[in-house]
Amino acid sequence: MQRTSTDGPDYFHKVVDCQWACPAHTPVPEYIRLIADGRYTDAYMVNWKSNVFPGILGRTCDRPCEPACRRGRVEDEPVAICRLKRVAADNKADVSSFMPAIAAPNGKRVALVGAGPAALTVARDLAPLGYHVVVYDAEAKGGGMIRSQIPRFRLPEEVIDEEVGYIADLGLDMRFGQRIDSLGALLGEGYDAVFVGTGAPRGRDLDLPGRQEAAANIHIGIDWLSSVSFGHIEKIGRRVIVLGGGNTAMDCCRTSRRLGGEDVKVIVRSGFDEMKASPWEKEDAIHEDIPILNFLVPKEFTHKDGKLTGVLFEEVAATFDDKGRRKLMPTGAPDQHFECDDVLVAVGQENAFPWIERDLGLDFDEWGMPKVDAVTFQSTRAGVFFGGDAAFGPKNIIWAVAQGHEAAVSIDRFCQGGDLADRPPPMTNLVSQKMGIHEWSYDNDISNDQRFRVPLRDKVEALKNVKIEVELGFDLKQGLAEAQRCLNCDVQTVFAEPLCIECDACVDICPVDCITFTDNGEEEDLRGRLKAPALNLDQDLMVSAELKTGRVMVKDEDVCLHCGLCAERCPTGAWDMQRFTLEMSHASDVGGGACQAR
Amino acid sequence: MTYLAKPRLHHPSLVPNELGFTRRDYEGSVSTLCAGCGHDSISAAIIQACYELDLPPHRVAKLSGIGCSSKTPDYFLGASHGFNTVHGRMPSVLTGANLANRDLIYLGVSGDGDSASIGFGQFAHAVRRGVNMTYIVENNGVYGLTKGQFSATSDKGSKSKKGVVNHDSAIDLVSVALQLGATFVARSFSGDKAQLVPLIKAALSHKGAAFIDTVSPCVQFNNHAGSTKSYDYVREHNESVNRLDVVPLRDPIHVDYAPGTTVQVTQHDGSVLSLHKLAEHYDPTDRIAAMSYLAQRQAAGEIVTGLLYVDPEATDLHEALETVETPLNALADRALIPGSGVLAKLNATLR
Repeated sequence: MQRTSTDGPDYFHKVVDCQWACPAHTPVPEYIRLIADGRYTDAYMVNWKSNVFPGILGRTCDRPCEPACRRGRVEDEPVAICRLKRVAADNKADVSSFMPAIAAPNGKRVALVGAGPAALTVARDLAPLGYHVVVYDAEAKGGGMIRSQIPRFRLPEEVIDEEVGYIADLGLDMRFGQRIDSLGALLGEGYDAVFVGTGAPRGRDLDLPGRQEAAANIHIGIDWLSSVSFGHIEKIGRRVIVLGGGNTAMDCCRTSRRLGGEDVKVIVRSGFDEMKASPWEKEDAIHEDIPILNFLVPKEFTHKDGKLTGVLFEEVAATFDDKGRRKLMPTGAPDQHFECDDVLVAVGQENAFPWIERDLGLDFDEWGMPKVDAVTFQSTRAGVFFGGDAAFGPKNIIWAVAQGHEAAVSIDRFCQGGDLADRPPPMTNLVSQKMGIHEWSYDNDISNDQRFRVPLRDKVEALKNVKIEVELGFDLKQGLAEAQRCLNCDVQTVFAEPLCIECDACVDICPVDCITFTDNGEEEDLRGRLKAPALNLDQDLMVSAELKTGRVMVKDEDVCLHCGLCAERCPTGAWDMQRFTLEMSHASDVGGGACQAR
Repeated sequence: MTYLAKPRLHHPSLVPNELGFTRRDYEGSVSTLCAGCGHDSISAAIIQACYELDLPPHRVAKLSGIGCSSKTPDYFLGASHGFNTVHGRMPSVLTGANLANRDLIYLGVSGDGDSASIGFGQFAHAVRRGVNMTYIVENNGVYGLTKGQFSATSDKGSKSKKGVVNHDSAIDLVSVALQLGATFVARSFSGDKAQLVPLIKAALSHKGAAFIDTVSPCVQFNNHAGSTKSYDYVREHNESVNRLDVVPLRDPIHVDYAPGTTVQVTQHDGSVLSLHKLAEHYDPTDRIAAMSYLAQRQAAGEIVTGLLYVDPEATDLHEALETVETPLNALADRALIPGSGVLAKLNATLR
């Protein structure tokens, strides 16, 4: 293999698995260290700069970082990254003095349609630059799906108010209660750019026999959730069936338990493991005594005298065709009937753009989705941008934030007459952490603790009130202990060939056998004959140039603990531990870097 | 040198041996030697060898004297018996322990000061008596603990870190061991685990006095130009006579070298040493030839490594003394004090 090049932002970024997996590329180990240091406000601001809604995401994020976490590869479970974010949010001091300064008006006007996470991110990035940002939303308060669809027992309203408030306070022109019914009309108002962040507001229905007749007791999940959130619905029947296996289904069943549902079931077409819901959301539902029944396809809503009596299901099993594709086939077993008083349909969400005229030069694809550039988020009509669920269909808050940042960069470029394709590179840096012979400016003593569980409110208590937050969050002691589980993957092992005397000290001390000195070869061959086989092909090998003996040093990044013992043991300093920082460039940085977290 | 204990977390593919132990279970406490010390590599090789041999840690006794090398038993086999003896006295303590309990596996670890200076006599006598042991000298040719004076194994003409030339002749422990009748003699290099690990395995399964001289560079005081025990010098002058595979009794013998290039030696315990010849005509069972070969190559400035001599018919001190099979420390009073009748009988045979 060729000598591995660690130049450019990507090589070391990939080693920081959590940051690489995060759509917004939040510097996770950095804020976890700040939490361990008791610097909650600083930890919060690192997050705020990157993902805009730390308190909200610290409770609700889909956490793509956690399955990626290296700790999960050397131990059973990853670091509780998401809930540590909440620790920062819960314990921070007043952050108002850290909010960005607002530049003098630059004379540009930008309209944002929707006040959800994507649009608010665009607003957060553009307002400090002097843009006049107008936000339209049909609801009375900002937040979008964060406010309407996420149940209060998972996310208290104060947290939404606070974090939406930080953005509103940047001098936005908020126009609540104003639904945009025509994009053409909005464009007619002469905005320099328009951003569409209207989400995926339409819940999919199930058109089965009995749907019309029993309509009074069949509800669309996301609509029902928002009615609960806004206080329009306060009760549900004693027996409830939730159809669907995603996170919305989990929110529906848990909300039902709090509104009088005693016998609540989730019934899903697929198997348990294939369900779209995150493992922890399924776990939370099961904890609240909600059974999840799998491989049952709804066939019919049964009813009597115009009232729903239950749902009829066909039993299926997963089979694989000759191409290995999974298919659900009826088992032939007799259909199963489950009685219930109410059904919640949570089988997916769709986008809907009835308010966008089709003659504006804005193209749609065959599924009715706008054609949006995946990098610039601009539509086929110059000056009109999309982001969040409105751009590429339903995803999670963190994706909406990441897309909002990118769209803001594009809007800024567009308004300043720049090239949209010319994206600002991330800021990267590499700094040695060596302070002395055994002293590093990070804590390299690896904690042996297993993942801590977030304490929950007593179940009886929690199920009484839909507005009582069920998770209590880590206290400071647990937060510190969980933070210590982080392996500091951003502190990189950097190797300098000319200094190496091939004494094997690093090989002998490495607790996870990730360093080998051997003859060079092709990657596949090398992976098989390292001190421990490098079987995780997603993880890179770092290969040195040829050393004095003609061999090369090969380091498998896969399970490196970043403990720095190789560097402590190295007699010549050929190994060094260097902290890699990568900060995404946002529109606000391009305009002079108004947000300073540290 | 590090202050941190090695983290408990390990590679997910780490496999347990027959006893259910992983290699990590054979480790000891964290080393306090200088960073880059060759001795740490030898510790790692011992750990690897014991893991591969499925040795029960509680059946191993590790003994040492004084010096950097003699500190190392703390850094491997943390669950084994240990005795850190007086300077140069490891061989006699080991001999005593071996006589008292012949069932343990004895591993003596020493250095060039401990074995070639203060303990030279002890070394000689333990070897010539044929004590069943593995005797490893971690040989760096320098007194590291006292800041870099020449040791008795420093080659004549080699230079100290400050540039002083050594005018004394060196003691070659391998030649001495051969002369004194050691039944297993090898030399290796701390920087070559592929060679060292099988040698330690073979020595541990050898019944008799097994001696391994391991050149182990002192990064702090003896790794400069002019030293004959530096990483660079040893790599340039290393002349390996053979490559060793140790095949335990239970495994089928599999040799992938061309016919005629391999010598197989079956040891007492049934294990087979499969030696791939690197030096043509080198016969590791011919003691006299080994001694003369060593002398020749040494004169040419080469460091001969590999399994230099092995006597497959080796016997040990217990056989010579005709001691009972039961370890002496396990004999009950009845056996140890058989009574006046037996004494009278014995005395009668001496009249």
